[in-house]
Amino acid sequence: MTTQPPYAKPIPLITPENERFWQGCKAHELWLRFCNACAKPYYYPRDICPICGARDVTWKQMSGKGTLHTFAIVHRAPTPAFREDVPFITAIVDLDEGPRMMTNLVGIAPDPAKITVGMPVEVTFEDITEQISLPKFRPAAYP
Amino acid sequence: MPHPLYRGAAIAGVDESDQIGNVPNKTSLQLHAEAAMNALADAGIDKSEVDGVATAGVSPMQTAEYLGIVPRYTDGTSVGGSSFVIHVGHALEAISDGRASVVLITHGEGHMGGGRRGPGGPDPSNLAGQYEAPFGVLGPPYAYSLAAMRHMALYGTTKEQLAQIAVQTRQWASMNPKALMRDPITVEDVFNSRLISYPFNLLDCCLVTDAGGACVVVSPERARSIKKKPVWVLGIGEAHDHSMISQMPDLTRTAAQYSGPAAMGMAGVTHGEIDLAMIYDSFTYTVLVTLESLGFCKQGEGGAFVSNGRLGPGGALPTNTNGGGLSYTHSGMYGMFLLLEATRQLRSECGQRQVPDCRIALVNGTGGSLSSTGTLVLAAD
Ligand SMILES: [Zn+2]
Repeated sequence: MTTQPPYAKPIPLITPENERFWQGCKAHELWLRFCNACAKPYYYPRDICPICGARDVTWKQMSGKGTLHTFAIVHRAPTPAFREDVPFITAIVDLDEGPRMMTNLVGIAPDPAKITVGMPVEVTFEDITEQISLPKFRPAAYP
Repeated sequence: MPHPLYRGAAIAGVDESDQIGNVPNKTSLQLHAEAAMNALADAGIDKSEVDGVATAGVSPMQTAEYLGIVPRYTDGTSVGGSSFVIHVGHALEAISDGRASVVLITHGEGHMGGGRRGPGGPDPSNLAGQYEAPFGVLGPPYAYSLAAMRHMALYGTTKEQLAQIAVQTRQWASMNPKALMRDPITVEDVFNSRLISYPFNLLDCCLVTDAGGACVVVSPERARSIKKKPVWVLGIGEAHDHSMISQMPDLTRTAAQYSGPAAMGMAGVTHGEIDLAMIYDSFTYTVLVTLESLGFCKQGEGGAFVSNGRLGPGGALPTNTNGGGLSYTHSGMYGMFLLLEATRQLRSECGQRQVPDCRIALVNGTGGSLSSTGTLVLAAD
């Protein structure tokens, strides 16, 4: 077995406010904050609903399905830790339930001719540390 | 009936730091201070008269202490590159309230002096550090390229149209002795520059320089006895509608949709009356989306609008005549330099690049990830 070098890219910080979200990701499930007052999910996790201001908020599992809102293809690594990854695809995804998330599009060549804004995508998780799995998206298997 | 704050203050003096571009031996604070003294000299006002200080990037406590000023009015509004444009509006309000008569607004950013430029990215405890940086969205080129792609996908805007903005801005820069990049470029040059974050090549992105700038805003009474002609503030507006690019309500419309009509409504001017547009150009796309958001053309039509030389020398809407952040200088929070050029144009000081009969200028600063905007309408005396 070879030893992996330590993960040098930015790692999210688990806080009491976002812990449930990262627990969900660790289990490869997408759990977002959901407001009981206005009956809407939202992202990123906040203890106060950004839509109506209610504090009566819970957690709800999302389908993991969505569409590509936009993308870009990174050629110049933003930090040295990303050098092995370029070119890679940054993306913003609209979940079918409504909220919008920053992510990476994976499982497709970083070629602008092959990627279409509006294409169906689905969540997939990348385990980066013992505690953190990042929610990424890939072209949906069954659009 | 005009707005009660209409022409309630004037820009009396502007200037850069002693050097701009590559200034490896000066701190950010030094760049603030040099520019401040140069702008006061341009106005013919002694620093002992300054009773208001506005600064972003470093604390106004630092700039005031460094310069030996004890302000009775202070503004530390720090919303990225639009901050200094917004400071002018706040200064107008303070002056109109009688709380200040000479407000000194300063900017300075250098490699040597302070923070900001490290490769580490945002603090993991802040929002961008939590929810964007882990995916490699660590800095403006990465955020803005995502917005530009959405515009291209929705409206058929092309990379060639974006490149046209860089080409026209460079034409202006070639006539500004203070511009860092002055050799003419073509669309092909933009395409052949290295890819940063598609759809942006290097020449779609602003420079990264060391520079300071400052602007002195005074009361109408004080404006009567300054060294040069005052530049009047006719209208002001400010807004922001998100912090992280992923939370921007519409990637193809900035908060200039709010700050623009506020400023133009207060000034009582229409688009056709604008002789000069100074539009924050962190990226080519920033100009395109801002012109649309300000209503110079319809949403989605910016690609055609910026083509055919409209923004360049001899064009119908002279834009970024200093050569912009793309070719003149861009220290990080570039908005101050919009004020410098608008003031100089309205005073007819711009030599070869002077816009003929320049009477009314629109200034629009943008900060954050297309997040905040400040709009001003300025007029010649
Ligand atoms: Zn709610």
